[in-house]
Amino acid sequence: MHSNLVISQSDSRPMYLQIMDQIKQRVAIGEWARGEEIPSIRQLAVTLRVSVITVKRAYLELEREGVIVTQQCKGSIVAFDSGLSPRLYDEELTEQLDQVARLGELLGLTPRELESRLKEATERWTAGRLTKERL
Amino acid sequence: MNDLSVHFEGVSKKYPHFTLENIGLELPTGSIMGFIGANGAGKSTTIRILMGLVHQDQGTVHVLGHPMPEEQAAAKLEIGYVSEDMRLYGAATLEWHMRFIRSIYPRWDQPYAESLLQRFDLKAEQKIKGLSHGQRVKAALLLALARRPRLLVLDEPTTGLDPVARHEVLGELMAVLADEDRTILFSSHNTLDVEQISDQITFIDRGRIIDSDDKEIFLDRWRRLRLVLPPDAALPKLSGIVQVGGSDRLPVLTTNSFKSDMVSACHNMGATVQAIDNMTLEEIFVANVQSRRERQTV
Repeated sequence: MHSNLVISQSDSRPMYLQIMDQIKQRVAIGEWARGEEIPSIRQLAVTLRVSVITVKRAYLELEREGVIVTQQCKGSIVAFDSGLSPRLYDEELTEQLDQVARLGELLGLTPRELESRLKEATERWTAGRLTKERL
Repeated sequence: MNDLSVHFEGVSKKYPHFTLENIGLELPTGSIMGFIGANGAGKSTTIRILMGLVHQDQGTVHVLGHPMPEEQAAAKLEIGYVSEDMRLYGAATLEWHMRFIRSIYPRWDQPYAESLLQRFDLKAEQKIKGLSHGQRVKAALLLALARRPRLLVLDEPTTGLDPVARHEVLGELMAVLADEDRTILFSSHNTLDVEQISDQITFIDRGRIIDSDDKEIFLDRWRRLRLVLPPDAALPKLSGIVQVGGSDRLPVLTTNSFKSDMVSACHNMGATVQAIDNMTLEEIFVANVQSRRERQTV
């Protein structure tokens, strides 16, 4: 399987966390399907030009979180019940939006004001992400 | 594979102005070790002992199971060595060098050598004296890699390379490791390269190994804590602090044995922990060397 993960040296998080996040994201959006075989530790290390021990650590933590399953001598697969799915993200979004609505009411904001605050937040986030990528 | 490709025990070597003292090294087969030290710290001397080029006064050295320097001829058949001062014949072409090495080493892999020529963007028919520094390094590396050695020993392989060439070289080194019977030891003072591809990291300073560990453990145990102290409060006493910097009210503590309970310990002593920073390998190396040198001079 093609890994196409990207490790950034300007990202201040440790490399194993970056690997974990990107794998989780791929599992969450279904790009890496449940039960599907994922690259071996060594393969991924070679493609990412990152040490074996770093990838090994990411895999161990992902296994502990139940995202992947590693079978002795047979490599790793995406867990059948990884706990990550677009649906879960969607539920979390609904939850967070409810909170936003609650706080808006507390502050006495009109729905329109709330909308423009959300728009600002989106812009801030995109700008932040882009600067990070450019660096 | 759990065996060791390189094993140093209690190795010492005395020179008039420099002593390599009690060096212990263990490099498991299938992994890659970054050997970091300032200029003159003893990296090259250690590597020369490993190659049997310099004989130790004391201690034992085993490379791929061969005692060194006694069995250096047998060991060298399986070691690929590239150093900065490696001399290739200026008047001869790269092609000539390839044929020469091929005539000595039966395991020479010609298709691999040709693919490396492409990937390193080198021309076989070019004479060595016409090559740039970066091209020479890549040529030397090609000659070592195509022998398919079980152990690659590289003394400063990325020094003086431009970013593109460095990227190519690091990629090729990782590709070697796809085969788990192969092992790499490389020395560098470019900590970024070492941080990226090494499994094991060893720091050497003033002829002694000052720290050696698995990279993930290294990066995990070193942290910088930025504190805010109330006026007239004393600095919290914590164990495992190697350096104290910053100001009286805003001290910065560097630890080599970070544990999460340090944060609560700081709170209990009235200090606020403003940030817990991860450190890069470079910062860790510098802090490590400085704190040890300070202790030596006290």
